[in-house]
Amino acid sequence: MMEWGLRGPTLARRRALGMRVGAIALFLASWALVAGVVEALGLVNPIFLPGPWLVIGKVVELALNGQLWAHVGATLQRVALGFSSGAVLALAVGLPAGHFRSVRRAVEPVVELLRPIPPLAMLPLFVVWIGIGEESKVGFITYATFFPMFLTTVHAVRRIDPLLVRAAESLGARPRQLFFRVLLPAALPEILTGMRLGLALSFFVIVISEFIGAEHGLGYLINDGRNFFLVPQMLGAAVVLGLLGYAGNALVRLLERRTLRWQHPA
Amino acid sequence: MSIQVQGVSKSFTVGGTTHAALTDVDIDVAERELICILGPSGCGKSTLLNIVAGFLPPTSGRVLVDGRAISGPGADRGVVFQEYVLFPWLTVAGNVAFGLELKAVPSDERMRIVRHYLTLVGLNAHADKYPVQLSGGMKQRVAIARALANDPAIVLMDEPFGALDAQTREVLQDELSRIQSVEPKTILFVTHSIREAVYLADRVVVMTSAPGRIKQVVPIKLGELRDRFAAEFTQYESELTRLVKEEVAKVHE
Repeated sequence: MMEWGLRGPTLARRRALGMRVGAIALFLASWALVAGVVEALGLVNPIFLPGPWLVIGKVVELALNGQLWAHVGATLQRVALGFSSGAVLALAVGLPAGHFRSVRRAVEPVVELLRPIPPLAMLPLFVVWIGIGEESKVGFITYATFFPMFLTTVHAVRRIDPLLVRAAESLGARPRQLFFRVLLPAALPEILTGMRLGLALSFFVIVISEFIGAEHGLGYLINDGRNFFLVPQMLGAAVVLGLLGYAGNALVRLLERRTLRWQHPA
Repeated sequence: MSIQVQGVSKSFTVGGTTHAALTDVDIDVAERELICILGPSGCGKSTLLNIVAGFLPPTSGRVLVDGRAISGPGADRGVVFQEYVLFPWLTVAGNVAFGLELKAVPSDERMRIVRHYLTLVGLNAHADKYPVQLSGGMKQRVAIARALANDPAIVLMDEPFGALDAQTREVLQDELSRIQSVEPKTILFVTHSIREAVYLADRVVVMTSAPGRIKQVVPIKLGELRDRFAAEFTQYESELTRLVKEEVAKVHE
């Protein structure tokens, strides 16, 4: 009996994993089939639709000759700097804005004014103001990711149960202690959700800012591929971006599971 | 420490209309006395407790603790809420240690105190659990241990057992009265349960229906160990029931 009880969930999980792998294999197989048919029948120039083997081959080639790592490194560095400064800024402004009505009243109108402008509309301005170097790319990620992370932080703090604050105050918490020992941990689950949004957005905007005046980065690789009609390179860079985004999301999820163990203790 | 509530009134303004919640309340709670505030729902008894805790300012009047006017919440007045209000991200031990950590009590001393109060409420075996893993009765035990571990002279309890089932409720009443005999505190205890008031209180303050005023103060002269089925106990119960019923009836007039 025990054995069945223990094996049950593992079996179900194994089956779920199998279905995921199967779905991906099926997708790759259909892609390969379509690309193969297109090439065999000469329907369109096969340069437009390379098979998955060409794309994967290109990625492997770039990885082996070292070029890929320079591009991945450039993109990751910009994302890391831009995202983390966006997050720090969002917390530094969002936590006080959530807690103090006066701060909220001062900050929110400006945020609400800028927020509806799609961040990409501001990209050329960043280039004009800061130039086409690293600063404008990092700064642009900071700008774009600030909004969702700021809003989730404000919301997270505002919906903290006021009784938690009362409980802490009647245990002697001074404002600083209240901030670090109550407001921050109480708001953390939603803040981390906001950070996952912000990280996804970082990958979204970095590609486009690397289209403009970059010499490295996965966005540059895509744009470079467009200029020279290297479709496998374009798709390969896109695949790598997808993998990086997936890994980033998984990393924040891992962080969530670690720090929010109290929500679902074993 | 003693508490003096002096001429406290409180009114709330909602949407332009002001309504009085408390009118001219005077209560003296002596050191180590347990006073129950009893009244129909909406009579302002929780408002009164929140004022004494320092969560709300009175509209007029003042609250003195040992002769000094309070100006906000403080560690001298521990609070136990009906909704438990544990910190969900801290373990049971972490919750009980919270106030001690704020005061930077050294860790071995802190652990000793935490263990002492967890033993007092019978939760030593659950020290490493998180609040989501506890039943309501266990949560309230943690909340009581958390308040006591901080060593306040005064404990304010706002219908602390109101959300619990009848059996758990009586068990916790027993535990509170046992703790009170071991480590007596000055306690202000809000309840709408007459039995609870008679079982726990040195004196029962009966409030009128809204706006709350003090209707009558009934000293309970039953000694330390109380029998819920003794004749005197039942007498107090029926006397208080009569007083409260008059007020409930007024609400329905």
